[in-house]
Amino acid sequence: MRSESEVVTPEDTSTRQQPVARPRWRRALGPRLRAAGLALPLVAFVVVTFAGPMVSLLTKSFHEPEIADALPETMAALRQWDGEGAPPDDVFAATAGEFVAARNERTLGRTANRVNRVVSGMRSVIMGGSRLMVEAAAEAEAAGVTTDGAFWRETMIGIDVRWGTPEPWRALRDAGQRFTARHYLKALDFERGPEGGYVRQAEEWRIYVPLFWRTLKVSLGVTMLCLVVGYPIAHLIATSPPRRANVLLLLVLLPFWTSLLVRTTSWIVLLQNQGVVNDFLVAIGVIDDDGRLAMIYNMTGTFIAMTHVLLPFLVLPLYSVMRSIPPAYMSAAASLGATPLQALRRVYWPQTLPGVGAGCLLTFILAIGYYITPALVGGQSGQLISNMIAYHVQTSLNWGLAAALAALLLGGVTALYVVYDRLVGIDRIGLG
Amino acid sequence: MAGTAISPGYRAARWGYLAFCVAAFIFLIAPILVLVPLSFNAEPYFTFTEGMLRFDPDAWSLRWYRSIFDGDEWTRPLLNSLVIGISATVVATVLGAAAALGLAHPAMPGRRIVSALLISPMITPVIIAGVGMFFFYSSLGLAQTHLGIILAHAVFGAPFVVITVSATLAGFDWTVMRAAANLGANPLVAFRRVQLPLILPGVISGSLFAFAASFDELVIVLFMGGLEQRTLPRQMWSGIREEISPTLLAVATFLILFALLALSTVEWLRRRGEAAGEGAGSGRT
Repeated sequence: MRSESEVVTPEDTSTRQQPVARPRWRRALGPRLRAAGLALPLVAFVVVTFAGPMVSLLTKSFHEPEIADALPETMAALRQWDGEGAPPDDVFAATAGEFVAARNERTLGRTANRVNRVVSGMRSVIMGGSRLMVEAAAEAEAAGVTTDGAFWRETMIGIDVRWGTPEPWRALRDAGQRFTARHYLKALDFERGPEGGYVRQAEEWRIYVPLFWRTLKVSLGVTMLCLVVGYPIAHLIATSPPRRANVLLLLVLLPFWTSLLVRTTSWIVLLQNQGVVNDFLVAIGVIDDDGRLAMIYNMTGTFIAMTHVLLPFLVLPLYSVMRSIPPAYMSAAASLGATPLQALRRVYWPQTLPGVGAGCLLTFILAIGYYITPALVGGQSGQLISNMIAYHVQTSLNWGLAAALAALLLGGVTALYVVYDRLVGIDRIGLG
Repeated sequence: MAGTAISPGYRAARWGYLAFCVAAFIFLIAPILVLVPLSFNAEPYFTFTEGMLRFDPDAWSLRWYRSIFDGDEWTRPLLNSLVIGISATVVATVLGAAAALGLAHPAMPGRRIVSALLISPMITPVIIAGVGMFFFYSSLGLAQTHLGIILAHAVFGAPFVVITVSATLAGFDWTVMRAAANLGANPLVAFRRVQLPLILPGVISGSLFAFAASFDELVIVLFMGGLEQRTLPRQMWSGIREEISPTLLAVATFLILFALLALSTVEWLRRRGEAAGEGAGSGRT
């Protein structure tokens, strides 16, 4: 690694052996390799522990092999079917065979749930039908009857006439596709029509698109609130003498460093029905004891707590821009006859725009993915898209849909970052 | 501006502005401070009792602080948080500081794209990363293990270290390293004697940021953690959702103290760095 000290021997390189004078490309490459080598461990670490999960997320949003893997023969047989009328006998035989086997291994329930997510109502068709199929198979074996396709066609239609129609078969066939856009369609509030194509859901049944809109509106609202509250604060800090500025800065930084859970707890303590603010308002007689304000577990709570949590993210970049604006500009504007308002609007504000843009974008991006705060203080009406994502990961276990929702959110955030990069430069994200 | 003639309207606006700022600062800080006295409430209420307002000594007590250490309801999560936080910080600090050194080197190839990649975990909404990590780590059998959460927290923490260390290296004169080499120092010695003292404040700040991020992280723990990985935020989460006990306020007060401590350290380091770099006129990034 001591290349520099060795290379300084300029003598007859032609007669000596090669290794002494390193080829030029190695001399040029050495520092590059060393720099890259230092960054490489973290790059590899990020690729494995972070990029890997992102790929996994995107894959899960359109790749769902579980149903096809659980019912391989059914899917193979269905490929021969034209989709009209009832399928041929061997489809019945394959399906019944796999249903009975899976039911005996107790794995059918999971598959039925998955199919049910694609076409609702299929769970009862599969589970109810398969119970009787198991019985029929046992009886046939006892009686020595051969269970061929014709037998199963008759038996299955006997159990449930719907097996004589194309609908459940189309449902199985569609659910068995390994690569699918259905999670995205569902995440955009499309539902599977009776013919198998996707149609927009009736307005009152739409869930996700309105939730995306709500998330967008709340994030914009919170960002605007942060700007309105944060701009004067940042200005005051930036124009204060150093000692006072440092103290004021600490008042912004303390919330920034305080645990999110602590801050959320304190808003609950302050705003709840029997909380500090309501008690105070009752004590000074502004409201009656039974007229206590509902300030939490609704949208108001989400707004107040999110603004509080995100405010430092707007104040800090804004402050660092304002700090670099020479105060002489405002004096100059004043001495040229501008009123304070004119000076503020035409001289000061334009110079703070980079900070405003950076701070607002950062705040907005953070707001759009917020989960913990709305989950704790939002109640029913204050939930955002991230709460729905968590719900599908943890409770409904519809991971494909969770992945599609997260991927759509990621797309939106990435688009915003491209804007941010154009405006500010992505590598200039500071910590204040 | 004090010299110019000031109209009454301007003066009113000025007072309005100051009043607004005071209100905004109260909004920022009051919610945090209000928890501290409430954590000494003798009654299991979340509001100031009449006795507390009269400063009746019987209305104040340390019972919620004692109850933190009753049983392992809070001590185990605290231990888990410390183990996970410290391990994640060590990984993040070592990898992050090395990467920052590489990125700051003038010969670093593809700097823009590499730094974008390294920063990306910090700026991706955690809910998105959390879902992906849940799928990916589960498939590797790392869900419900300490290791899985440590790896996740480390990758979220590393960007903080990269950023703070990079800031200390801004304007670093790399010929100094060449000079050290020419004077016979091997790269390791040159690093230890020349660069390390320079980046140390950044390393410490960055590791504090990384530790605080892990110490306060909840989404990943909710998705990937089992009973064995219950951390402090996770315990607070169930505390808030299920039955909110005043012990929570005592724990919160401890966390506020921690924040104050971490904040003072980082600010102290920053000011020291600024004082040292004053000649170069470098502000903070």
